[in-house]
Amino acid sequence: MRFEQKLGNNTGESEERTAREFAQSVEDPALDRVLSDFRASVHAWSDALYNRPRPIAAASNRAVWRKAAAWSLGSMLAFGAAGGGVFEYRHRQETVRIAATREAQQQRALAEEREREAEKELAKVDNDVAREVPNAMEPLAQLMTEDESQ
Amino acid sequence: MAAGTALEPMTMATAEELAAEEFACVVATHRQQIFRFLLASTRDMDLAETLTQDCFLKAHRHWSSFRGESSAITWLMRIAINLQKDHWRNRRVQFWRHTRSNAVDSEEASEWLPSGESSPEQQLLAREQVKHVWRAVDGLSERQRTVFLLRYVEELDIAEIGRATGLSEGTVKAHLSRALSRVRGELGGKK
Repeated sequence: MRFEQKLGNNTGESEERTAREFAQSVEDPALDRVLSDFRASVHAWSDALYNRPRPIAAASNRAVWRKAAAWSLGSMLAFGAAGGGVFEYRHRQETVRIAATREAQQQRALAEEREREAEKELAKVDNDVAREVPNAMEPLAQLMTEDESQ
Repeated sequence: MAAGTALEPMTMATAEELAAEEFACVVATHRQQIFRFLLASTRDMDLAETLTQDCFLKAHRHWSSFRGESSAITWLMRIAINLQKDHWRNRRVQFWRHTRSNAVDSEEASEWLPSGESSPEQQLLAREQVKHVWRAVDGLSERQRTVFLLRYVEELDIAEIGRATGLSEGTVKAHLSRALSRVRGELGGKK
């Protein structure tokens, strides 16, 4: 209770002091004159800016240029992105095609190699067989020569 | 039955037309004052123009809810103060906008002074003093600056300032008192 009373008194005193200070500041002719000059200055400045001719045409031209620049830049970016995409797609296609060709060539070379090896093997077998047949016929040949002598 | 006689109930279209006319009148009367207050608060012509436009756009949207409990200028000032607060709040976050500031300094702002009938010496002295007032205004808090400008530039009375800022009359007086003591301190021996 005492605290509230004290607070109440303080608030009252503070308000009174503020009111007194405010009244004193208002009753200062020198300050009043300075504030009057300040007001006149702000009014003159504001009036000059408020009533100045506004460069609408220039602003609209600027806006048109800005829009055109934005559109052209946007178009360039869009074309760049699309072109990049197409280039990337084609590049990948080409890479895949080259890889497939290379794979096919490798397969063909491998097949040819295998064919050559098979032919070589067959030739070797034929060669071996060709050599063995005369040996196998040797006894008959001897018999034939003995019969002729008899 | 002829339309528009005094005894006929007002149609919706007529009420809207009247409201539009009323609002156009309010814009014509107070636009320059709102611009001046925002220019003095921000010292940025482009920003003051933008905020003035926003203020009247917002006022137009809420014109039907304006019940005339306070004067139109008090109501408009309240909107302008809130817009300005919102702007500074957003600006603090968007720090990159600092580079786009067109605010003029106190030197340039104090160049404007009506020539009147005073001598060149008096003009020079007045310009110097106005420059000191601007410097003092720079050092005020946002609320003190608003109250100070509403009182000493827009010449609103204490009660109107209280309604425009949402502060009690005692608080308005306290802010004004502090602002004035700051101005006095800045002026120092210049008076």
